[in-house]
Amino acid sequence: MEAASIPSGDRSKLERSPLARFPDRALRYGLTLLAALILALIVYFFVRLVGEARPAFAKEGVLGFTFTNDWDVSAEHFGALPLVVGTLITSALALLMGVPVAVATALYITELCPRRIKAPITILIELLAAVPSVVYGLWGIFFLAPKLQPAEQWVADKLSFIPFIGGGVVTIPNYFVAGLILAIMILPIVSAISREVMATVPPDHKEAALGLGATRWEMIRTAVLPYCRTGIVGGSMLGLGRAIGETIAVTLVIGDAPQLSGHLFSQGYTLAAVIANEFGEATGLHRSALFAAALVLFVLTLLVNALARLVVMRANRSRTQPRQGGPKAGVADVAETAAMGA
Amino acid sequence: MSAQGATPPATPNRIERFAVSPRRRRSDKLARSLVLAGTVIALIPLVLVIYYLLHEGLKAWSPHFFTTDPTGNTFFKNSDIGGIRSAMLGTIEMVALASAIAVPVGIGVAVWLVEYGKQHWFAQLVRFFVDVLTGVPSIVFGLFIYIVLIIGTGSTFAGYKGSLALALLMLPVVTRSAEVVLLLVPGALRESALALGAARWKVIFRIVLPTALSGMITGVLLAIARAAGETAPLLFTAGATNKTSSNLGEFMNSLPVQIYNDVISPTQSVVNRAWGAALTLVVLILILNLVARLVSRRSRLA
Repeated sequence: MEAASIPSGDRSKLERSPLARFPDRALRYGLTLLAALILALIVYFFVRLVGEARPAFAKEGVLGFTFTNDWDVSAEHFGALPLVVGTLITSALALLMGVPVAVATALYITELCPRRIKAPITILIELLAAVPSVVYGLWGIFFLAPKLQPAEQWVADKLSFIPFIGGGVVTIPNYFVAGLILAIMILPIVSAISREVMATVPPDHKEAALGLGATRWEMIRTAVLPYCRTGIVGGSMLGLGRAIGETIAVTLVIGDAPQLSGHLFSQGYTLAAVIANEFGEATGLHRSALFAAALVLFVLTLLVNALARLVVMRANRSRTQPRQGGPKAGVADVAETAAMGA
Repeated sequence: MSAQGATPPATPNRIERFAVSPRRRRSDKLARSLVLAGTVIALIPLVLVIYYLLHEGLKAWSPHFFTTDPTGNTFFKNSDIGGIRSAMLGTIEMVALASAIAVPVGIGVAVWLVEYGKQHWFAQLVRFFVDVLTGVPSIVFGLFIYIVLIIGTGSTFAGYKGSLALALLMLPVVTRSAEVVLLLVPGALRESALALGAARWKVIFRIVLPTALSGMITGVLLAIARAAGETAPLLFTAGATNKTSSNLGEFMNSLPVQIYNDVISPTQSVVNRAWGAALTLVVLILILNLVARLVSRRSRLA
């Protein structure tokens, strides 16, 4: 209505001059270019990594490299199965030990703890993420691993009838210690995401459960946990991605033995650890094999992370949309960036 | 109504029927104590790590420890092994350069995502790739830089290459946290500025960024804290050296790499130095975290 009162000839006076419009365009296209550049960079890195890994893949074959149990540097045999298996074992152990504890902390913080200690406990859990990987490794190899060894030996002796756990000599650095350290390292991420997802449970659901006479635990079991299941699964998978790629702490406590060991308390190796340890002196085919190991690691973490994000995103969308609508960042995103940075 | 009329007055007997049965009460207690136990278990490693850091680390701390470079004389028992000066300064220099790269780029991408890209398919693609970067193991970042800047140019390790690897690591953290904060800037603020005739770039620089500033600072500090503690990306990009250097084109020492190298040493005094350096590093990171927390508390956006 107002526009109608302005004579059409004068409208052009309101327009910015081309010169004044320039910074706007510059910013817009500059930023778009920047974003595109990042895409290009990642793709470029990936292509170069494949290029460097090619000699090793050419010699062993992609499947042969990944699934042959023979990592012998002096003989130039590069079958990465012991590394892949070591990575999977330690990450699985980390999830097995880390996720229940992390979910327990999240439940305690969101549902059970007195209001006064809520913030301090949250900060303490997040402090776990502030300790650098190399410090966990230092602590693990000089304190945790030696102190745990007698207990591990006892378990191995008592449970010698269970194939994977029992029997054999317990070495000080081993799969179990590495898994335990990883469990500690993924705990803050899984806890942060679980906490954020639990905070989205509608109070109505919880009050309804309590109103029907449920105890606190029954309320958690029937109202909170089912609602958060997907979120917790997604958070655990992000933790898994972290565990798979973790390098330095694991390198220090896994024993660096490139063979498939028969049981939980023996020395092993992981993909990331082999790169950290051997890359410094590697040349030729050996170096190419380490690039190939990096590529396998990269693809593995990529798959796990993409899947995790899909799960978290879906969990978030179904939660937040009915209440908030708009394109708001998912709560888990906020929690996760916080956990990542901490 | 009719149901109310049918309900007889609550006798003690009736109330008992509504009470929680002992079995349910027991399982409630059990589950609650398990949850509490889990929380306590989670805190045990933190206490142990901090205790051992202080216990072993403080033994190594001395003025000499902070003001000398490592000497490399680790063979003989009583020789002076030196301190961590070069490592501290190297970490600070490399992280500073990494932040100088990652912060503007990261925030730039976040601004683009929020102000221009929005839900466009290309913006979603960028978001996905930034997420991909978050998941890349830190050692792989080191190898990326190694391939491009060391194999690619035929040169050797240098401080700025370490910085670039750290910058790659920081980038997704900065972008994601900045994006979250920028989304919280009320749309009405932007619209009022635009309605007053401000140009888009002015709205971004004068309205959106200042409003989101403290939130973004928090994200940046957390990213810096993370980068400062990383060993893996520096191993094959910045290398390790003893001497202090202010030239980012040379080999450069850093706290995490020195700790890593000291840990594998068979000499006890060198291991002690690793504990001292670890304590220094953790204190540094905790200070960054603390400042980040304080800044975020003062944030204008809830």
